Amino acid sequence: MIEANPVLLKELRQRFRNYKAPLIFFIYLLVIGGFILAAMYLDWRHFPSTFNPSRSREIFIVLSLVQLIMLAFVTPGLTAGTISGERERQTLNVLLTTDLTPGGIVISKMISSCSFTLLLLVSTLPLYSIVLIYGGISPWQLLAVFSFYVVTMFLFAAIGMASSAFFRRTGVSTVTSYAVTAFLLAGTAFLAMFIYEVTVSNVYPRPDTLPAAAQLLLDINPVVVLMCILGEGPMLDKHADWFLPYWLIYTLFYLISGLILLWWGSLRLNPLRKKSNY
Amino acid sequence: MIEIKNLCKRFGSTEALKSLTLTIPAGQVYGLIGPNGAGKTTTMSILATLLSADSGTAVVNGVDVAKEPRKVRRVIGYMPDFFGVYDGLTAREYLSFFASAYRIPEEKHERLVNDLLELVNLKDKADTFVDNLSRGMKQRLALARCLVHNPQVLILDEPASGLDPRARAEVKEVIRQLKYMGKTILISSHILPELAEICDQVGILENGRLVVSGPVSDITSGSQETRIINVEVYENQKEMLEYLHKYPGVLQADKIEKGVRLIFKGKREEQQRLLKSLIEKNYPILQFAVQPGSLEDTFLAVTGEGETI
Ligand SMILES: Nc1ncnc2c1ncn2[C@@H]1O[C@H](COP(=O)(O)OP(=O)(O)OP(=O)(O)O)[C@@H](O)[C@H]1O
Ligand SMILES: [Mg+2]
Repeated sequence: MIEANPVLLKELRQRFRNYKAPLIFFIYLLVIGGFILAAMYLDWRHFPSTFNPSRSREIFIVLSLVQLIMLAFVTPGLTAGTISGERERQTLNVLLTTDLTPGGIVISKMISSCSFTLLLLVSTLPLYSIVLIYGGISPWQLLAVFSFYVVTMFLFAAIGMASSAFFRRTGVSTVTSYAVTAFLLAGTAFLAMFIYEVTVSNVYPRPDTLPAAAQLLLDINPVVVLMCILGEGPMLDKHADWFLPYWLIYTLFYLISGLILLWWGSLRLNPLRKKSNY
Repeated sequence: MIEIKNLCKRFGSTEALKSLTLTIPAGQVYGLIGPNGAGKTTTMSILATLLSADSGTAVVNGVDVAKEPRKVRRVIGYMPDFFGVYDGLTAREYLSFFASAYRIPEEKHERLVNDLLELVNLKDKADTFVDNLSRGMKQRLALARCLVHNPQVLILDEPASGLDPRARAEVKEVIRQLKYMGKTILISSHILPELAEICDQVGILENGRLVVSGPVSDITSGSQETRIINVEVYENQKEMLEYLHKYPGVLQADKIEKGVRLIFKGKREEQQRLLKSLIEKNYPILQFAVQPGSLEDTFLAVTGEGETI
């Protein structure tokens, strides 16, 4: 971690000195705050002067989903240009001739981007407190949701890092990382549904478990997992815990794939590897 | 101390380096001259551990570039031909960032950065954002950056390109001081006059081959044993070219309009033997003309680089 320091410091300095940083914060909070206020307003219009914990729960669910989608927008965008950007600005070669290792560079850039996203997450906590006051959710649930965000953010950021190490152009890298993120968010669920339809739905009697592929796809879908954490019923018939609790499968999958992507990214960054660039 | 032996590198079908051999003794300034595409940047990238050679070895201060790249990185300062700077950082922070990238302890930074800025004459720009510096200033800042870890060997790829004469003189002045400090310096340019005053030795690189190499005085005075000869024939041009490629002492042979232009190294008797063997081979020779003037003049004339200064 000592070697991660200089790049980390420089990245943070550049990131927070930039006019973009406060702008991202502003828009992020505006969108999420806007959603929560709108939801509360609608709630109040329908049932003025009553407090209903179950409706506060609904607001919490909406808020959590909006936050997940915002994360999916912000995180890959922050990392997808970190290495390809240096390549485009012609600063990467010089960096690679210093005593920093490719791995060190990747890790520091990752930490810098993740600390920014973490700060975004923390800045939305006051909004959650509004919901918390109304009741209907426990602080434990809130903690679980935030841990979920951290795990999810890790993989989203790693996708951006790997793709920015792989592609020469930031544009290509950004599009690719959003495509992969979108696949995780929506594609996995559609694919699971498709597999379910063709294999199980018209078999009688229905088997007790989903096909392994569909089960895995659902277990790595952030929306499905978030819903499970919030205690909402199975999205697909017969979706239940597999050989491990769903959240453990999700966490393991996200952390391990993230680490693999980062490792692969730092391999790509080594100038003396034999393969050519894209 | 830099030792390059039989270095080869190809990119697809282009052979960027064809068995390059080159030695630079410690403390010397070596100028690598060549037209666009000669292979200067390729050579320097290999030395800077940014590119791997296909075959051959490059050793810097006794350390093999391919085997221990990290060790090499600690002893070299590399300035690429094209480079960018970070936005949102001041000159001071920029240098300090690279100092930490070389693991220099934080408490030494201030003194180091001040010394470096003084050396490249940028003290008054210490707190200016680097992307707001002029091109010449950026170039000098990049030179300072190369020196952050006090490397023994410097690899400078066209450090004065794109600068006006005054900025160029300033860069040259810095290099002269570095030479005085005892650094081994490899510097490239596509014009010889630019390097003649500051180099101990120069080498002319063309098409990935070192055509001549030696003390500057030899090359500019024309007293060297290497010369350019135009051989004019009215047929069998191709056969003769192939023959010449294999002839000992011929460093390079290229087709020209009515014959072959060759760069030949050897004594007068050897030149005479070359002519004799060509005649014995029955090539229909019309002319066998040694190009007059020093090699520098000839080189500049041949590659058409003379006007750019
Ligand atoms: N990454 C690359 N991919 C393909 N070909 C390359 C690459 N880098 C260099 N080349 C080719 O190798 C040859 C040598 O290029 P190099 O950049 O070393 O020349 P140079 O002497 O530095 O020229 P210049 O004066 O223009 O900087 C050229 O023919 C060039 O087209
Ligand atoms: Mg070049």
